[in-house]
Amino acid sequence: MPDKISEEKKIGVFVCHCGTNIGGLVDCEKLAEYSKTLPNVKYSEHNLYTCSETGLAAIKKAVQENDLNRVVVASCTPRTHEPLFRECIEEAGLNPYLFNFVNIRDQCTWVHMKDPEAAYEKSKDLIRMGVSKAEKLEELEKIIVEVNPSAMVIGGGVSGINCALSLNNQGFKTFLVEKDKELGGRLKELYQVFPSDKQASELLNELVAKVKEAKNLTVYTSSKLKSVNGFIGNYEIEIEQRNHNVNLNVGVIVVAVGATSYKPLSLFNYNSKNIITQLELENKLRDNQIEANDIVMIQCVGSRNADREYCSSICCMTALKNALIIKKREPNRNISILFRDLYTPGTIYEEYYRKAREAGVLFIKYTPDKQPIIDKSVVKVYNQYINSEISIPFDLVVLATPLIANNDNRELAQLLKVPLEENKFFLEAHVKLRPIDFATDGVYICGSAKWPADISESTTQGLAAASRAGTILSHKTIEVEGATAYIPDWNKDLCKGCEVCIKICPYNAIVKDENNEIQIIQALCKGCGTCASTCTKKAIVIRHFTNEQIISEILAFGGEKVA
Amino acid sequence: MNFEPKILGFLCNWCSYAGADLAGVSRIQYPPNIRVIRVMCSGRVDPEFIIQGFQTGIDGIIVMGCHPGDCHYLEGNYEAEMKYKMVQKFLKFINFDNRVRLEWVSASEGNRFAEIVTDFTRQIKEQGPSPVGGKSPDSMLLDKLNAILLAIGSYRMRALVGRERIITEFENVYGEKVPLEKFDDIFDTAIRDEYLRHQILISLSNDPKSVKDLAIELETDPSVILKNILVLKNRSQVNMEKIVGVTPIYTNIMEG
Ligand code: FES
Repeated sequence: MPDKISEEKKIGVFVCHCGTNIGGLVDCEKLAEYSKTLPNVKYSEHNLYTCSETGLAAIKKAVQENDLNRVVVASCTPRTHEPLFRECIEEAGLNPYLFNFVNIRDQCTWVHMKDPEAAYEKSKDLIRMGVSKAEKLEELEKIIVEVNPSAMVIGGGVSGINCALSLNNQGFKTFLVEKDKELGGRLKELYQVFPSDKQASELLNELVAKVKEAKNLTVYTSSKLKSVNGFIGNYEIEIEQRNHNVNLNVGVIVVAVGATSYKPLSLFNYNSKNIITQLELENKLRDNQIEANDIVMIQCVGSRNADREYCSSICCMTALKNALIIKKREPNRNISILFRDLYTPGTIYEEYYRKAREAGVLFIKYTPDKQPIIDKSVVKVYNQYINSEISIPFDLVVLATPLIANNDNRELAQLLKVPLEENKFFLEAHVKLRPIDFATDGVYICGSAKWPADISESTTQGLAAASRAGTILSHKTIEVEGATAYIPDWNKDLCKGCEVCIKICPYNAIVKDENNEIQIIQALCKGCGTCASTCTKKAIVIRHFTNEQIISEILAFGGEKVA
Repeated sequence: MNFEPKILGFLCNWCSYAGADLAGVSRIQYPPNIRVIRVMCSGRVDPEFIIQGFQTGIDGIIVMGCHPGDCHYLEGNYEAEMKYKMVQKFLKFINFDNRVRLEWVSASEGNRFAEIVTDFTRQIKEQGPSPVGGKSPDSMLLDKLNAILLAIGSYRMRALVGRERIITEFENVYGEKVPLEKFDDIFDTAIRDEYLRHQILISLSNDPKSVKDLAIELETDPSVILKNILVLKNRSQVNMEKIVGVTPIYTNIMEG
């Protein structure tokens, strides 16, 4: 658009009083007058509330009457109000990116209340800086990408199956990829599940039956992800199923790979015979082969310690549930639970604890510095309430071990370009604001892949991931950020192909094409700008945050270069 | 009159800028000297921006980003840190290293933002006005700032700093990592060399000089100057213009 570049810049500046928030401290009328003295400013005014209906109407009117092609608003913060003003100037017929925000409230009048004069001077500087950037702003197009209305769910455990079924029910073509021979995940290993006390196998059979009926759902068992290319709406996937490759095209990806049960090989004389894990106990319960009379359960084995600081969250309930199953069958068996802290949140879980106490299960608290010791036929444990060691005879010791991250998480994380947290579980975009999303658009997470989750939690998250995915899949096209990195034609010769940008781009957005030229995939780029400040030949330009624009702000504050 | 320093802040949109807004919402008061330029990520801050800022006479520059691990773009702040360290090493040559700072401020740390700005303003006040600002800027210092700008803009420095994390944090295909100390050595040498070379270039673009003249002007051993002149000759950046008596006179052939 060469005519656009040479086009005369006509900037309008709107100074907001924000009631008395700004106007109460600095003279907005004078600021508007001052703005008129700045280069390329053709119009300025001050408004009581620029974001009100009246204020927005005033902007539109001024744009049209004065043929303005850049708008600057000096008021609160772009973080809350930029979308509103962008929309406003778009309605006035301007490209929404020809707008610039100057923050003279949150970062000025509110924080310099005792120094109105300095706040006024600062406002002037900030407006001057904002105007100088505005002059350099360019029209940008939002990037539109088409959405392939299909999904891949990785992991066929309880969260993955629920997610896939829900996507299927929403009418989206769904591929469920499971590395095992059969669906089910950890559910296959369990006997009865809390809080329903339903047989795990029964629950699994119901789910699998639904999967069989699902019309839009294809299952790949014994399959493993090999490669992932593309971006939100358009992923090209390769999976390997029993030595042959399958290619899939999907719009979104859900990670539901679950977690692994920890085997306490060197802890508490574990031998998987009379010293077993809770998981092994489940097997015995299923086969009804518990002969032991004195049973001691030890909690927090291999978790909440220096190696693994986290609480696995499912073990307290598992122990309570299994203790109750035994007590129900044989009320005379002795069961002691050695615990550090007992977490049974909510009314239903707490009830398990109450029932276990009523059934005569013994609860003994131990502290991490005095771990229980297994000695031939007794477990010795220090009891702080009576301040001495007690010995509990046992025929069977059951260790509550945590769920740990799968050992192939790292590999998968690298394929998908998503982060892991310190314990190698997958890390969501934001713990409270975006708990089911990854920072990478179009990739979601649910279940124990993120953190040890029990069955109802995994189900909830699986359904949540399906509805998050649905917000994308239900659209034919989606808009992605237009302020991206690119190499302008006139910079193409600068690039030496050093590839540093390819290595530092966190989104794999930069590649070398078949002609050995650097390409920045617009739909993948998020516009962070790190590649531009790293580019060894300064060939990369960041739209909306160009070097020119930023330097003009610096100069507007510092004054022309002294040199 | 009291010295009121000019302070420039580069704030990333997602954490630090939000933290600064929160200071406002909570009405936490801090000195009014800072002017903020919003960037999407601290990784966007090109080291050249900082030098260019100082060239205008700005007294102090602070870059703020999300805490390590919290960058909205995953790792931009690590890249920012690498660049910042380089800039600081260069600024040490002219005693400006205390005029820059890098800080991590999250969206919930309005208080911390105000504290940092207060402290940085105090620090800059203590240092006094930038010798580059005001009516009679120190021209020698300006030449040095220019040499720094050119040095950090050079392919060699940008390639080194751009690869620092790749070289030191990630293993290469043979499963080996370059230890940070070793990299630092290479890095420090490069910084010293490039700074001197660009000083030489700037001096020679003013007027042609002999090694001896350069040695006196740049307060550097003649043998070191000569060594670097030879490198610059190899890079086709300087040329021997003429010989006066037995002394070769060199000139910058890149400009003009
Ligand atoms: S977004 Fe804040 S440092 Fe990258």
